[in-house]
This record gives sequence, structure tokens and C-alpha cells, in this order.
Amino acid sequence: MKRVVIFGATSAIAQAVARRYAVDGARFFLAARNAGRLDAVAADLRTRGASAVEVWVGDLADCPGHAALVDLAGRALQGVDCALLAYGTLPDQKTCEEDAAEALRHIGTNYSSAVSLLTQLATLMCAQAYGTIGVIGSVAGDRGRQSNYLYGSAKAGLAVFVQGLRHRLWSRGVRVVLIKPGFVDTPMTAAFPKHGPLWASPDRVAGDIVRALGSGQATLYTPWFWRGIMLVIRLIPDFIFRRIRL
Amino acid sequence: MQVPSMLRDDLLTWGRSHRFRHHLRSLHFSDEAVAAMGLAESGRTMLARGLGRSYGDSALNADQILLDVNGLDRFIHFDAASGIVECEAGVTLAAILQLLETRDSDQRWFLPVTPGTKFVTVGGAIANDVHGKNHHRAGCFGNHVLSFQLLRSNGEILNCSPNSNPALFQATIGGLGLTGLILSARVALQAVAGLWLEAESFRYENLDRFHQISSASLTDWEYSVAWIDCLAAGANLGRGVFTRARHVAPAPGMDQLRFDSHGQPRLSLPFDLPSFAMNRTSIGIFNTMLWHKASARPRRQITHYDPVFYPLDAIGGWNRLYGASGFYQYQCVVPTSTARDAIRELLGLISQSGQASFLAVLKTFGTVVSPGMLSFPMPGVTLALDFPNRGFGTLALLDQLDRVTQSAGGRIYPAKDGRVSAAAFQQGYPGWRQFSTMIDPGFSSSFWRRVSAEAPLTRFRPL
Ligand SMILES: Cc1cc2nc3c(=O)[nH]c(=O)nc-3n(C[C@H](O)[C@H](O)[C@H](O)COP(=O)(O)OP(=O)(O)OC[C@H]3O[C@@H](n4cnc5c(N)ncnc54)[C@H](O)[C@@H]3O)c2cc1C
Ligand SMILES: NC(=O)c1ccc[n+]([C@@H]2O[C@H](COP(=O)([O-])OP(=O)(O)OC[C@H]3O[C@@H](n4cnc5c(N)ncnc54)[C@H](OP(=O)(O)O)[C@@H]3O)[C@@H](O)[C@H]2O)c1
Repeated sequence: MKRVVIFGATSAIAQAVARRYAVDGARFFLAARNAGRLDAVAADLRTRGASAVEVWVGDLADCPGHAALVDLAGRALQGVDCALLAYGTLPDQKTCEEDAAEALRHIGTNYSSAVSLLTQLATLMCAQAYGTIGVIGSVAGDRGRQSNYLYGSAKAGLAVFVQGLRHRLWSRGVRVVLIKPGFVDTPMTAAFPKHGPLWASPDRVAGDIVRALGSGQATLYTPWFWRGIMLVIRLIPDFIFRRIRL
Repeated sequence: MQVPSMLRDDLLTWGRSHRFRHHLRSLHFSDEAVAAMGLAESGRTMLARGLGRSYGDSALNADQILLDVNGLDRFIHFDAASGIVECEAGVTLAAILQLLETRDSDQRWFLPVTPGTKFVTVGGAIANDVHGKNHHRAGCFGNHVLSFQLLRSNGEILNCSPNSNPALFQATIGGLGLTGLILSARVALQAVAGLWLEAESFRYENLDRFHQISSASLTDWEYSVAWIDCLAAGANLGRGVFTRARHVAPAPGMDQLRFDSHGQPRLSLPFDLPSFAMNRTSIGIFNTMLWHKASARPRRQITHYDPVFYPLDAIGGWNRLYGASGFYQYQCVVPTSTARDAIRELLGLISQSGQASFLAVLKTFGTVVSPGMLSFPMPGVTLALDFPNRGFGTLALLDQLDRVTQSAGGRIYPAKDGRVSAAAFQQGYPGWRQFSTMIDPGFSSSFWRRVSAEAPLTRFRPL
């Protein structure tokens, strides 16, 4: 029976992942900031087959609380097989261009707080010497684009941090997986028109994530075609890229 | 953060024949649903949207607001001892089936009532008070709903059951989404011998045989339905293939039931077929083949419920077979006393017109009364079939069918309708005026604006 910790458990992607583990009787420790929503998620997972669900309510951007939180999660499950970092915010790029404080708030949630949480988590995982950490980054971190570079820069920073962490933890028996979803139909993207073949459901992405966490692979693009798309986007020379509206 | 609603012109229902613009708001948590009620202040009306498996305009709200409830898809509780499942309204019947297959319990439970597709939401099943192949035993979905939470546009959440807010309970079952937004529901499942079915399929020659076989099957078979060859005429009128089924207890080797059959179908039609693909000749050949292929005598088979209950779910997007202009489904019920003649007359008109497609079914309804005020079924016989949308000619034929249905004392099914006249609707549902007093002022639909018109005009002169 897997013991699974999820930070940002009310995220649509995280819920879809959790449901797949729940069917197999997993035990959960779920952290999120909205108590009512978290209760609804916990009840759902219990009904679907989770053998135990513990919840923690709080703001995950609040770094001083991370040490106690990770400690609590480890003790609640008596060992962590799998931890998933799923919380995040999608800032309004235009607002962030005029309001540096707002920009920093989003960097705080999407990058700094993840660094803090992963640092605590690494200590726990090293001590137990097994387990897998999954971190949700984004294809937006693969190249800065005028429409979304504040968010992209946080995810890019996160990618390098996770890369280094994977390097460090490999020899300790701990796997670290960077997950890069493309366009996923979730509340985060509510303001986007969601037509076309590039949009995936949270459930589809979750299937890929569960498989990647199982194999412990380094990086997952999900759905798969984003690997090719991002390769092309990274290869476009700057003198051409700056003329493209992306 | 308050998310603006999105302007969308691509939200269709299953028949794909109505193309409207909508303001769409997607809901994922009940607190968002409560907040969304504030949208009514814009002066626009709202309507919940499930999986869009209704065929016509009863799940559409042209130029107004649709609230997508598919994100409200969490289970709340399942009691394996009593068979009561409580869930949010966007949970699908497919998800419940999956739960029932994966959760072990001594007693096997199954959906109390299921329509011909498992890709419908619990909210949609309540709002259309859907029926299945076991109507003669189990009645409608609403007969098994113990209670639900109804969100009204003023932000109030009302618990509705036969004892609490009983009038709203009755109005919301079969209430076409007009009484508010269902947030969650408690549904009593059916105790069954096992999840496997014992099924028989065999062909029969004409309408009289249908009525005979159907009444002979009512007592011993939980499920029954007939596919009919709607192009057959004369002595063959109403011929078809009869299917009946019942649950069986697991025998050795059968108890390993674990199908990965509730995701998206593997086959799917990604584009519209050209509209000439469905014509009288191709359908005639298909129907004749299908009829002759069926066995002449009942042959018993042990089978998974999927091919019996959900044959069409195997092909995703099959509705695109009808081309870009879509199709209409016509479903009516006529009371037992007039059923024989009325069904003969309807099938005669349809066969003569040569317009119907290969998807046509006939089923005898039983006498179980649903709590729903505006529920469709009545004791009698129901006929359902698809017509490719060929514009005026199609609508004129359907109006002709309405007249037969009306004079037989029957009515059409709003879940399938996109064209019935206000007069025909109002005659079929005498309770509509009482029902309309229960409608939430913040909710409406394209269908309702059409059929509740005070001085109904006939769109087409009698031919
Ligand atoms: C292949 C096929 C076979 C079918 N077979 C049958 C059958 O055998 N018997 C039968 O009865 N029907 C049948 N149907 C019709 C289908 O069962 C109904 O139309 C059903 O209501 C569709 O559910 P949905 O979730 O798609 O809802 P939608 O079509 O999206 O909406 C249907 C209605 O429910 C309302 N609604 C949805 N969610 C809520 C909510 N949370 N609160 C309030 N109102 C809500 C909507 O406003 C709308 O009025 C069939 C349909 C198909 C495509
Ligand atoms: N959707 C996409 O297209 C896409 C693409 C690439 C990457 N991603 C990434 O995928 C992850 C999951 O997002 P999603 O798509 O599933 O969207 P989502 O459903 O909106 O999930 C985001 C979650 O983050 C939570 N959250 C935000 N700030 C928080 C904080 N300070 N403390 C605690 N929780 C906080 C939110 O909680 P509340 O419910 O309380 O607001 C919400 O549950 C994110 O990291 C996102 O960047 C998404």
C-alpha cells in the first residue's frame, strides 16, 4: 500500500493523480489551504478506496511552517513512498509587468516556497533512503515568452533546482521526477479558450504522472507531444523568435 | 479571484443541430457554485450543463449562462452495507460503475436505473428523470433518489427529499435543470445477484409479435428492449430484434470482473461524415442485414453489462455519423390503451418517409410512478429513433408524428427534443403550469422559453 503525500491536494491535476492511487488502497497525507475543498477531496478519496486520509490546512507559501509540516506528514504515514508538489499560481503577466510586488508574490509561491518545502522533504527522504518526489513544473519553463515569462521563470528556476536535487539524492536511493505538463483543462486555465488538440484532461496527464513516478524517470513531458513541441520552440533562434507572438 | 465567464459558440448537445452562443462558467467546488449564483445579477439566466448527452435544446440556454458542473465530480460516501451512494452532481454513471466494480463487498450493487449511455452525470439523470430498460420494474432514476442539495440563484442551499421541501423535490426530478443547481445527491443502488448478465437476443417478425414477447418478458426479465427496422413495411412493419436480460450470480471463473471499460472509448469518430453517408439505401441494407443476422430463437449468453446496456458507448462521437448538420431524435410515449394503433401509425409514417436512421428502439413502460412532476414515462409504449437533420422536410415529418402522439394521449421526451411546439408540449404535460411556479427565476433554457410560450403558434400548417 503506497503512502502518498500531496502538497496542493485540491489542484485538479493532483486530485486526478490521487484518485489513481486511491483505487489501489493508498494512504494519504494531504495539504491544501482551503479546508472545505480539502474535506471534499478527502471524502472522495476515501470513498474511492483510500485506506486512510489525513489532512493539513494552511498556506503552503508560508515557508517557516514547512519543517513542522514535513515532519507531521512523515510521522502520520510512518514513511513516505511518494510525495507530489502540485500547488501553484498562474499570475497575470500584464499585472506583473507593472507591479513588482505582485510578481515577487508569485515567485514566492511557485519557486521560493517550493525550494523551502523540497529542502525539508529531501532531509526526510534521505533519512529513510527510499521514495520518490514528484514536482510539477511546466513547459512554460522551457523558454521565456512575452505572454507568460514571469510564471515561466519560476518554473525554469524550479526545473534546475529539481535537477540538482535529483543529482544529489540519486545515490541515497531517492528518485526526483520533474513533471512538465502542457495545456491542461483545470481551474488554473479557466480564462483560456480551450479548443483544439493541445488541451489535455487532468485525468490523462495524471495517468502519465503515475507512470513516471513509478519508474522514477528524470523528466516527464505530458502529454508526450510536448517534448517535440518544446524542442522546436527552444531551437528557434532569437532573431526569429522575437517576431513571433507567443 | 473571480473568473469571468467565457463566451463560447462551440457548446453543442448530442444531436448537434442547435448552434448557439453561451457564456460558460466551469465549476469545480461547491463554494464556487455558490459564488457563481452572483452571475444572475447580470440579468442573464443560468442553466447547469452536465455531459451534454441530451439531444436538443433542453440543455442549452442561448445567449445566456451555462454552468459546467463536470468538475463537481467527487464522491461523498458509499455505504456498502445499505447500497447508498452520496456524490456531487457531476459524478458520472460510469464513475459509479467503476466504483462498484473496484470496491469489494459481500453484496453486489448496481445502478438502480441506467439510460443507454453511462456517460451522463447524476445531475443530468435527475433533471431528465431518466429511464432504462428496466422501467417496467424499477421506474425512473428519480424513484431511487433519496435526497439532494439544491442551490438556488439567491444563494440558498436547500436539502430536498420526500420529507424536506417535498414540492421542490418533485419539481426538480425531471425538472430540466430549471429549479436550480443540484450540488449533490444520495441515491439508493439496486442489490443484484451479480454484475454479470444473462441475456437473450432474437429477431421477431412484426409489431404484434413485439407486444406478445414484450408482455411475456416483463415478469421474468429485469431488462427488455427492442431494436426495430424502421424501414420495414406492410406485414413486416415493426419487425426487429428483441433483447432481454437479468443479473446472474457469479459462477466460478466469472468473479474476476474487472473491465477497464469506463474511460474514453478506444474507437472514435474524429470528424463529421458527409451527410449523404446516411441515406435510405445504405440504411435499408444495414437494417436488413442486422435483422437477418440475429438469431431466430432465443439464445442465452452470459455477458458483461457493457454490450447490453451501452452498445453505442464503444464508439466515441458516433453522433458525428450524421454529418455537420446533426440530427434529431424523436422519442414519444403513448399510453397502453392506445399504444397498439398509435405505434402502428407512427411506424407507418416513418417507414413511408424513409427518413429515419438505423437507430430505433421500442420499449414497454411499466406502471411505477415517479415522484417527478414533469417526468416523461407513463404506462404504455415508448418509441425512440434518430432522423438526420434535413431541415424543413425533417421538421414537417416530426410535427406529423406529434399529431399522432397527441391524439393518442401521449407525449414527447424533452431530453431528446429540439423542436416540439408549445401546444404539443403543454397538452402532453398538463402539470407544466404548476411546475412553472417552482422554477428558479435565475434559471432558464432555450427549450423552456420555446415550450412555455403563452400563445403557441404552429410553425407548420397541417399537410
Ligand atoms: C446514446 C444515448 C442513449 C440514451 N439513452 C437514454 C435512455 O435510455 N433513457 C433516457 O431517459 N435517456 C437516455 N438518453 C438521454 C440522457 O440520458 C439524458 O439526456 C441525460 O439527462 C443526459 O445527462 P447529461 O449529464 O449529459 O446532462 P446534460 O445533457 O448536460 O443536461 C441535461 C439536463 O440536466 C440538467 N442538469 C445537468 N446537471 C445538473 C445539475 N447539477 N443540476 C441541475 N440540473 C442539471 C441540464 O440543465 C439539462 O436540463 C440517452 C442519451 C444518449 C446520448
Ligand atoms: N493547468 C495547466 O495547464 C498547467 C500546465 C503546466 C503546469 N501546471 C502546474 O500544475 C500544477 C497544478 O495546477 P492545476 O492545473 O491543477 O490548477 P489548479 O487546480 O488551479 O491547482 C492549483 C492549486 O494550487 C493551490 N495553491 C495555490 N497557492 C497556494 C498556496 N499558497 N497554498 C496552498 N495551496 C495553494 C490552489 O489552492 P486553492 O484551490 O485553494 O486555490 C490549487 O489547489 C501547478 O503547479 C501548475 O503550475 C498546470
